[in-house]
Amino acid sequence: MTLDLATYRDVIEDREFPTVREWRERTGGKVIGCFPVYAPVEVPYALGMLPIGLFGGGNRIEIANADSRFQSFICSIVKSTLELAFVGKLDLVDGLMFHSICDPARNLSSVMERNFPERPSIYVHLPQNMTSPHAAPYLASELRRVGAALAPIAGRTLTDEDLWRSIDAYESVRGLLRELYALRSETPERISTGELYTLARLVTLMDPADSSKVLADALAEARRREAKVKDRIRVVLVGSFCEQPPLELIESLEESGCYIVNDDFLQGWRWAQRGVRRGGDPYLALARSYLDDSVHLSTKHDLRQPRAQALLESVGHHRADAAIFLGAKFCEPGLFDYALYRKALDAAAIPHLFLEFEEKMWLYDRVRGEVETFVESMLFAEARV
Amino acid sequence: MTTATAQAGATTPAQIKYQGTIHELQKQLMTRYYDQLTAIAQGGPGRSAQLLIAGNPVEILRAFDMIPVFPEVNALQLAVRKTSLPLIQKAEELGYATDNCAYVKADIGMWQNGGVAPFGTVPKPDILVCNYVGCNVYLNWFEHLAELVGAPAVNIDIPFLRTAAGTPTDEDVTYVMAQLKELIQQLERITGTEFDEDKFNEIVARSARVGELWSKIKELTKRRPAPYDAYFDSVTMMAPLYCLRGTPEGLDFFERAYEEMSARAETGTGPLPQERFRIVIEGPPPWPFLRAFRDMFSRWGAVAVASTYSTVGGLWEFGFRHDPAKPLESVARHMLEANLCNRSMLQRYSQIERYVSEWDADALVIHSVKSCRLFSAGQGDMREHFVHDRELPTLLIESDLEDPRYFSAAQLRNRIDAFFEALEQRRVTAGVVAAEAVVAARAATQAPA
Ligand code: SF4
Ligand code: SF4
Repeated sequence: MTLDLATYRDVIEDREFPTVREWRERTGGKVIGCFPVYAPVEVPYALGMLPIGLFGGGNRIEIANADSRFQSFICSIVKSTLELAFVGKLDLVDGLMFHSICDPARNLSSVMERNFPERPSIYVHLPQNMTSPHAAPYLASELRRVGAALAPIAGRTLTDEDLWRSIDAYESVRGLLRELYALRSETPERISTGELYTLARLVTLMDPADSSKVLADALAEARRREAKVKDRIRVVLVGSFCEQPPLELIESLEESGCYIVNDDFLQGWRWAQRGVRRGGDPYLALARSYLDDSVHLSTKHDLRQPRAQALLESVGHHRADAAIFLGAKFCEPGLFDYALYRKALDAAAIPHLFLEFEEKMWLYDRVRGEVETFVESMLFAEARV
Repeated sequence: MTTATAQAGATTPAQIKYQGTIHELQKQLMTRYYDQLTAIAQGGPGRSAQLLIAGNPVEILRAFDMIPVFPEVNALQLAVRKTSLPLIQKAEELGYATDNCAYVKADIGMWQNGGVAPFGTVPKPDILVCNYVGCNVYLNWFEHLAELVGAPAVNIDIPFLRTAAGTPTDEDVTYVMAQLKELIQQLERITGTEFDEDKFNEIVARSARVGELWSKIKELTKRRPAPYDAYFDSVTMMAPLYCLRGTPEGLDFFERAYEEMSARAETGTGPLPQERFRIVIEGPPPWPFLRAFRDMFSRWGAVAVASTYSTVGGLWEFGFRHDPAKPLESVARHMLEANLCNRSMLQRYSQIERYVSEWDADALVIHSVKSCRLFSAGQGDMREHFVHDRELPTLLIESDLEDPRYFSAAQLRNRIDAFFEALEQRRVTAGVVAAEAVVAARAATQAPA
């Protein structure tokens, strides 16, 4: 690839946030840090601000202050995101958005507010009653409230036209990501998950107007690529929807013999299954889209469809041979889902593997060993048939 | 070692009988409650609904003669009877993680046994009402139960208190009321009976009375000595508060509880022979070792004068009451703002601050439980706040509310002993300083001008 993936890789690992700094200097705009999973990024962007994804400190930051605030049994991303604030790495962020995804993330919002009162924390309530007709208008009102809370930071007010423009900008990015994901599922030899992840992560750190160009180039180039198909199993990966595994870990999964044909990395930035329906009130349109048209999210509880059903469908749709659960250590929502997944996968006789990670991990030998054994057992079983 | 000092405090916990009339009455009521549920489970008449403790809307269920069943109450009963561990392990065999809330695991384990528990049999509910009030685990829990027991399920989505004002927005209230109306329609379909507004109003009126009495009972611990322990004895009163609120028996229980506690207050009777330290306790109790845990404080003469845990289902002591004039709205407001779970950490800090000043406490004890991240995530920050910003002696200890594997008696005891020893030392020093000040003041007045 002529795409400068090595540079992109440095960008996504760098907690000085070079692309964000550059944007800030260039535009003089304000920056809003969005904790995972789903954040209504269209709202701050419509106000001329740059919403960025905050995914903790990765494996580049030493936790020195945050572990006195959050106990050992709390996931890494909560602590390392707080640590980023303690060591001044969030100084370029003017406000934060947290969402009702889990109890530790919610409490982090309060702890941030107390320790860093100069940087407002906006807590967004995402509805969990998908069967009520009142949920969509409610979410629309919540998005308006978020807009009103962000307006003083932006120093301007928000119009419906602004919001539609912003929705368009993110639609374009999400559309390209959907195409890249489809390409990978179709011909995984053309784009690796390491590459795709790097591109998707870049989206969380750039103005969508800029990142869409990068994605379009990457898509064109990947389509042209001639690559040999390797003897690997096709797997759907779930469990990494919030805290992110190190890129090296993702790569070592692939190197151990897997084509990852679907995953839930950075899911909150790629949530829409299709475009937001045009017309009418943009807040309501966005709300309906999140409630009715989003991919299956671990932090969205939709009683209309059993959770494990979505995973089985994904396995079927992507012609996967197996499922890998790659869950963040101490991530309760993910760990709860695993119990449901396991039952359904067993019932459907789909081979599966449970793996745990922490963003701060450095050594992947054990994980690699487990995946290799898993892949070998599957290839061996296939050879016998 | 601190034992000598503790014993000098003249308290030998082994001899303390903590239980009063109210405890006996509670036992009888809860036995009857579980007998009713067992009868339904065995095919008898009647209906039950499962819901969760935080901001529980029992009034609506009671209006349909449905018995509210709380999986948390079942889980804690299992733990108190020391039967939770094998059930937790059973759930772990099914794929639940060591890091999942153990209340859920014990409950899942219990369902593997068909709902049979040492205290009765939990019937398959006619409906699962997930009142999503603060705790995100609730959503997972009921999603799993819906699959496991195959009952119709609904999420009642309660927006978290998240604005600077610390109150719900108008949209929040309207949205919750709309969902409650939908719930009522669903219950009409399930039970085949029409919603009886008069009956609902009566129930809400009884809840209002209970709230008033509970709040007055809580006021009583402002006295010295506190007539009961606002942590360990409050939990006794919490089961009727949720399982029986809105019923005549529930109201009767709180009338008698208030009578008993005021009589104790009048005669200056406390739960311990001597009240030496007044503490606020934050966090749920370690149910499998409740007595042992209590003894660790009793030996120091430490009495809880207030506790955050006793407000998970509802926060009445700061003025909230159900309102028979606005019954549905008051149920909605109870869910939205009048319970600990739906309030932010910072609102919890303020709640504790009020306890410390108005109930005149000497220290804060934070019991951090691994299972419940709603409570525990960020309690280190809470300690920082109270120690550094408020200069309040604060102890943070860790165990669990349901899983006995996380309770290390020796370690807890050491930490608690060291804490109270230091508190006592402070007192002695403060006493010496105060005495010196008196001497100095006398000397000054006696000194020739
Ligand atoms: S990793 Fe899981 S537990 Fe941690 S903040 Fe994200 S969703 Fe919550
Ligand atoms: S996390 Fe806490 S509030 Fe939630 S179900 Fe478990 S014990 Fe209850």
